[in-house]
Amino acid sequence: MTSLFQEVSPGAAEETPTRQITVTVNGESRTAVVEPRLVLAHLLRNGLNMTGTHTGCDTSNCGACTVLFDGKPVKSCTMFAVQADGHEVMTVEGLAGPSELHAIQEGFKEEHGLQCGFCTPGMMMASKALLDENPSPSEDEIRWALSGNLCRCTGYQNIVKAVMWAARKLEDQG
Amino acid sequence: MIKLRFASPEMLVDINEIPDLGYHRIDADGSVHVGALCRHADLERSSLLATRQPTMAAAAPLVADPIVRNRGTLVGSLCHADPQGDWASVMVSLDGLVVAQGPRGRRTIAVKELVHGPFQTTLAYDEVVVEAIAPAPKGAPAGGYLKLERRVGDFATVGVAVSVDRTGDEVTRAGIGLTGVGGSTISADDAAQLLVGGPLTSDAIGEAAALAAQAAQPRTDHRGSASYKRHLVSVFTSRILTGLIRSQEEAA
Ligand SMILES: Cc1cc2nc3c(=O)[nH]c(=O)nc-3n(C[C@H](O)[C@H](O)[C@H](O)COP(=O)(O)OP(=O)(O)OC[C@H]3O[C@@H](n4cnc5c(N)ncnc54)[C@H](O)[C@@H]3O)c2cc1C
Ligand code: FES
Ligand code: FES
Repeated sequence: MTSLFQEVSPGAAEETPTRQITVTVNGESRTAVVEPRLVLAHLLRNGLNMTGTHTGCDTSNCGACTVLFDGKPVKSCTMFAVQADGHEVMTVEGLAGPSELHAIQEGFKEEHGLQCGFCTPGMMMASKALLDENPSPSEDEIRWALSGNLCRCTGYQNIVKAVMWAARKLEDQG
Repeated sequence: MIKLRFASPEMLVDINEIPDLGYHRIDADGSVHVGALCRHADLERSSLLATRQPTMAAAAPLVADPIVRNRGTLVGSLCHADPQGDWASVMVSLDGLVVAQGPRGRRTIAVKELVHGPFQTTLAYDEVVVEAIAPAPKGAPAGGYLKLERRVGDFATVGVAVSVDRTGDEVTRAGIGLTGVGGSTISADDAAQLLVGGPLTSDAIGEAAALAAQAAQPRTDHRGSASYKRHLVSVFTSRILTGLIRSQEEAA
């Protein structure tokens, strides 16, 4: 090419490859056709319109996009959507029905565990994973479990209290 | 890498659905075998490592953060060849190996030979690593890993892995790996060699720590100055080794 600009005929762009995947999201089987490079967080937010999962960094640092993948907390910006094919994903929307609050959500409300709320879905899902495994965690254990989730507002103190509140409530519920 | 568009591979093969690669085990000879899909979190929670491979056990909870550790793998970390990667120094200190498999069969590569630059390995394009191995210790294995990070989940400002095998008091094999202080993981061979053949003494420890600091090639960056990082290499090396003397004394 001799110049910086070369006009070409407007033929069809090379076809983008796609894959069909079926993911169980919050107990419901969802089938979608996706580009292989689509990140799971973006499938949830833009594809399935489940905007409860937030994306704060896209570099797997902040943890706002944390979901449960086959029951374990993962940062959904770390995974491609195609990798979730045949697997189970639980997002913050799956914690409780539209007019209910899960004990963890109640805890965040009661103990002022959020300010702007951006980190909150990730905090809640990481907390859910912790409480599923360890129903009465110590403060240190909570801080450890949430150490991959960043909050710019609260200073964490009330988040830890919120998780303790939820643990007590869940224990009372049996 | 793909997300940041540093890499745009034409095809990406996901190994996550391959069965039976999530294992880690210790064989009768004491060698540790880690399958390609064994996650950092599996190693962190491993009772096997906690009792029998102290250098690996010390590093596992310091890699990334608890959520990232549910996905990341030791083998992936070695293949990623990040000079800041924690497992590479640990495996270098253990004289570790990886088993690579491709259409031409299997071969074993020393972790020290696996990486030839930042994010570059000697693997052929059609090879995958199926397992990492820490060979059988030559005596009772001891050691540790220390890492300075600015916050949880950050890569190391400096990390030091020390592995020492002993028969009685005598050091029969030693390895020291340095994280984050060069273009790739550094094996501080002179420092490790100095420890072999005698007991751990404070003199030997002082000399080894100085040699390890010499082996480091740190650069000044947002994590700290080169001289600070070099100093840390010496402090961490000596702190781990001194801890080994102390625990030996306590056991006696
Ligand atoms: C927020 C964050 C913080 C982190 N902090 C740290 C840290 O403090 N210390 C640290 O050591 N690491 C850290 N990491 C890296 C992380 O621990 C992963 O181990 C590492 O990125 C490898 O991930 P993976 O196992 O999923 O491999 P992938 O990301 O899937 O692969 C990494 C590279 O290795 C290649 N590869 C993977 N497996 C194989 C195989 N079996 N055979 C051949 N090639 C293979 C891939 O092709 C790719 O090039 C961090 C990552 C994140 C996102
Ligand atoms: S958006 Fe996934 S960790 Fe920040
Ligand atoms: S409440 Fe604002 S980031 Fe946590």
